[in-house]
Amino acid sequence: MIGYILRRLMYGVLILIGVNLLTFVLFFAVNTPDDMARLAIGGQRVSADAIEKWKVERGYDKPLWVNAQAAGSEKLTDTIFFQRSVPLLRFDFGMSDNGRDIGWEIRERMGPSLALAIPSFVLGILASISFALLLVFFRTTPLDFWGVVLCVLLLSISGLFYIIAGQWLFAKVLRLVPYSGFIGGLDMVKFLALPVLVAVISRLGPESRFYRSLFLEEISKDYVRTARAKGLGERVVLFKHVLRNAMLPILTGTVSALPLLFMGSLIAESFFGIPGLGSYTIDAINAQDFSVVRAMVFLGASLYIVGLILADISYTLADPRVRFE
Amino acid sequence: MAVLLAGCDLIDRPINSPYRAGAEADNTLHTAFTQRSPRYLDPARSYSSDETPYTYNIYEPLYSYHYLKRPYELIAKTAQSLVEPVFLSESGEVLPNTAEPSLVHESVYEIKIQPGILYQPHPAFAKTPAGSEVYYPITPEQLKGRHAITDFPETGTRELTAHDYVYGLRRLASPRVASPIYSTLAQHVVGFAQYGEQLRELETELRQTVAGTDQEPPWLDLRELGFEGVQAIDDHTLRIRVRGSYPQFKYWLAMTFTAPIPWEADRFYSQPGMAANDLSLNTWPVGTGPFMMVESLQNRRHVLARNPNFRGEPYPCEGEPGDRQRGLLDDCGKMTPFIDRMVFNIEKESIPLQGKFMQGYYDLPQANRGDVGVAMLVAAGDSSEKAALFAERGIQLPTTVEATIFYFGFNWLDPVVGQGDTPEQQEKNRKLRQAISIAFNWEEYIAIFQQSQGQPAFGPVPPGILGYQEPPEGINRLVYDVVDDQARRKSLAVARELLAQAGYPNGRDAETGAPLVLYFDSAAGANASSPVLDWMRRQFSHLNIQLDIRATDYNRFQEKMSRGVAQMFMWGWIADYPDAENFLFLLYGKQVKAERGGENAANYVNAEYDALFEKMRDLPDGPEKAAIIDQMIAIVQHDAPWMFGFFPRSAGAYQQWVHNAKPSAMVRNGLQYLRIDSELRAQKIAQWNRPVWWPLPVLLVVLVLLIWPAWRMLKLQQRRTALPPGQARDGEPR
Repeated sequence: MIGYILRRLMYGVLILIGVNLLTFVLFFAVNTPDDMARLAIGGQRVSADAIEKWKVERGYDKPLWVNAQAAGSEKLTDTIFFQRSVPLLRFDFGMSDNGRDIGWEIRERMGPSLALAIPSFVLGILASISFALLLVFFRTTPLDFWGVVLCVLLLSISGLFYIIAGQWLFAKVLRLVPYSGFIGGLDMVKFLALPVLVAVISRLGPESRFYRSLFLEEISKDYVRTARAKGLGERVVLFKHVLRNAMLPILTGTVSALPLLFMGSLIAESFFGIPGLGSYTIDAINAQDFSVVRAMVFLGASLYIVGLILADISYTLADPRVRFE
Repeated sequence: MAVLLAGCDLIDRPINSPYRAGAEADNTLHTAFTQRSPRYLDPARSYSSDETPYTYNIYEPLYSYHYLKRPYELIAKTAQSLVEPVFLSESGEVLPNTAEPSLVHESVYEIKIQPGILYQPHPAFAKTPAGSEVYYPITPEQLKGRHAITDFPETGTRELTAHDYVYGLRRLASPRVASPIYSTLAQHVVGFAQYGEQLRELETELRQTVAGTDQEPPWLDLRELGFEGVQAIDDHTLRIRVRGSYPQFKYWLAMTFTAPIPWEADRFYSQPGMAANDLSLNTWPVGTGPFMMVESLQNRRHVLARNPNFRGEPYPCEGEPGDRQRGLLDDCGKMTPFIDRMVFNIEKESIPLQGKFMQGYYDLPQANRGDVGVAMLVAAGDSSEKAALFAERGIQLPTTVEATIFYFGFNWLDPVVGQGDTPEQQEKNRKLRQAISIAFNWEEYIAIFQQSQGQPAFGPVPPGILGYQEPPEGINRLVYDVVDDQARRKSLAVARELLAQAGYPNGRDAETGAPLVLYFDSAAGANASSPVLDWMRRQFSHLNIQLDIRATDYNRFQEKMSRGVAQMFMWGWIADYPDAENFLFLLYGKQVKAERGGENAANYVNAEYDALFEKMRDLPDGPEKAAIIDQMIAIVQHDAPWMFGFFPRSAGAYQQWVHNAKPSAMVRNGLQYLRIDSELRAQKIAQWNRPVWWPLPVLLVVLVLLIWPAWRMLKLQQRRTALPPGQARDGEPR
């Protein structure tokens, strides 16, 4: 198992180098350092002198890939690509183009992101699995039919609609929660209640329908018939046998997504004013802050690789037949 | 009974406050900022309007604008008084104030600074009892965990001196500070350009000393490196030497670019590890103004608190006509600021922003912009229900025309719409531009896309600035007819006739018969079919001209403009200061963007206009200057390098408990004069935000009604036998 994990980690490093390279190429294919400087300096009277100073200050005055004027190894090392990308491989995110410590920002913003993501994730999974099991339990009844109709309805509606409708109903009409904002400590509950509710409802439709299909497929298998034949109650059949055997595809989706919870939610954080990593990424894209964008893409890719490895490990726990090869 | 009453009170109490309990009763102003935190709070760099609520309330330039008077009037801020420059001839002789500007070789401003002005408490000034600095030097290890200026418990202060203004001005030339204004000021201040070069060379040397190491070059101590253009004569006298006669220089002294920087702060922030911990003038400014930054959470919240060392400034007792009736003079003579704290929260989306404002949780939606006020005015105009709601809540929506212009430019370098090669071609091109100017209905544009919150422009100078002429005198008679002293756009028939004279009868080339296709470079992103662009196509189609849209993003757009390859474009300008020069220079030949990187985006060149501009620029405000501006406007109306577009109107939005509100983009330190009635605020918030609880029990009942049949069905299913009772097979027990 350790050998397998090490091998996967080595693949992971190669993937990260590729991601880093791709991010760099894509970013600089559409943005020149001059564009970045113009946007960063902003306002009127953006002189060539100010652009030059901005680039020198941040090291964007160097060539992108090869420094023909440098000597020896500095031809490759005294370049934007080397100086901006290599430190990432040791998770040194450096400073943003705005002159702020990215690592510190990530640490500061991880808390609010997790405060929203963890309850949304856990409650969302619980609600979706419970609702799917309920529909399976009442399969072929009107409850199942209308449940599926509800799922289709829920998944047809844009996530943005839930946010706006939620704010309209709970913040404007009923005045039970604030529209947006975030305060630490116990006060955060009133700020998180609505975004968590919205997150749970918006994923209820697609996930319940998916899980229902998985459970229905399982329930028609021989071992379920055997379980019933030996007199087990439907509750035991569903929760002890069907659920466990249907866990494999569920784990693929959930465990691999687990590390990505750190990355926050791009839309919800923005609408609900939660100062997490999702809104940090969106802000960086809007400001064309390459340093932050590449750091967040790199972090996201790393966490995704970790998530996939965790999902592989979790298979062995859910299904003892799975062995690492 | 008491318990019941207490319970009722608890049920009625607002629970949707985005702040901590009881915050609405404090003397704190709550407002928002959209999109992102201010990027630069360093006065040498800050040039964006979203930064001004912070910078202009923390830093104090020598001058500022009178809060209430219009047209805008400069007043002394930290200076003892406004000074007139002393004019010197080339030989150094003092010239009279009325001297011909061409004879003036140098203008010398000798400005006295008020004594006794103190800086805000700041760790850069903290000293031990023995007199040494507490936080200098400080090691990166000692900086661990300190990410806010409030993490330094020891603070100190000192008196503001003229040396701080000198230091601040020298810093504009520093190669470590990309100041957007340095290039402009270097053209005017004696020796500034050479000083910048000197600092650049020094910086190169310093960087070479640390090349190959991880170290940053040492602090650039600008006290040691001076130049002759800016000097402190003594602790309270500043001397600035300006080339020639440049009357607009006084306005730069009202901007934070010329704010004082204490050298201690620059040295404090230049220590290793400070930048890595987000400690710099960009995040934690140091000033003498009424407020100081006490909390700065990037893209989340910024809090300004009253500067305990601020001397206090009396609220003005004079204003423009109507200010007294509006209650704007009620606080005459009282010491400002009135507010203890100002909290700026991020609000990226408009729904929460407007929602919280209507609930009373924001005293004003945005401190620096009038978008929300304009949107509310439009909403009130469209819906009587909304108008009634705003009236019931006592929301104030004062409006003003800003010193800003949005114009439609024709690239002078373009062979079709530009200047043209031969005199005949030049006249033809001029007629084409004039025809388009007539056909393009700006009144309709303002009504549709600006929700009527704007004023059509007849020339480049906006209202409220010397040189602007009210209708009917100011009407552009090449585009409008004057009917009953009102401007009426000339008919399309006139435009078509001009088009024919330009060589394009009915929108086709008279020689080849090919349709006339013009190109508009849009900076609105990749969407080439937005309602605005479709509307523009229709305007050109009135003349049978095909308009081809070249949609691009703002960066590409700027690049095209720098290269001078766009044929037609739309752009805007926000005034730096209330002087016609700040608008007329946008058409000055030496400011062309394509060759010189200036702000003349149309690349317009007219020798007569340029000569008049140079003359006007050096004149003080008065009839002579106004007459020259009239001539210049007549030239550009004739040449039509721009369609003059419109001057936008902005509207503030304020709650009924906010007093002394008068929106203006020019008076950037206006928050200092606002007063809030927090008692009334708390009362109104409680009244407007009673929670509605009844849907919750109803929801509970509905849930129970849904779960109950399911539960019953479950139980029935569990009790159900394989075969119904009575149908058991023979021989089996019943």
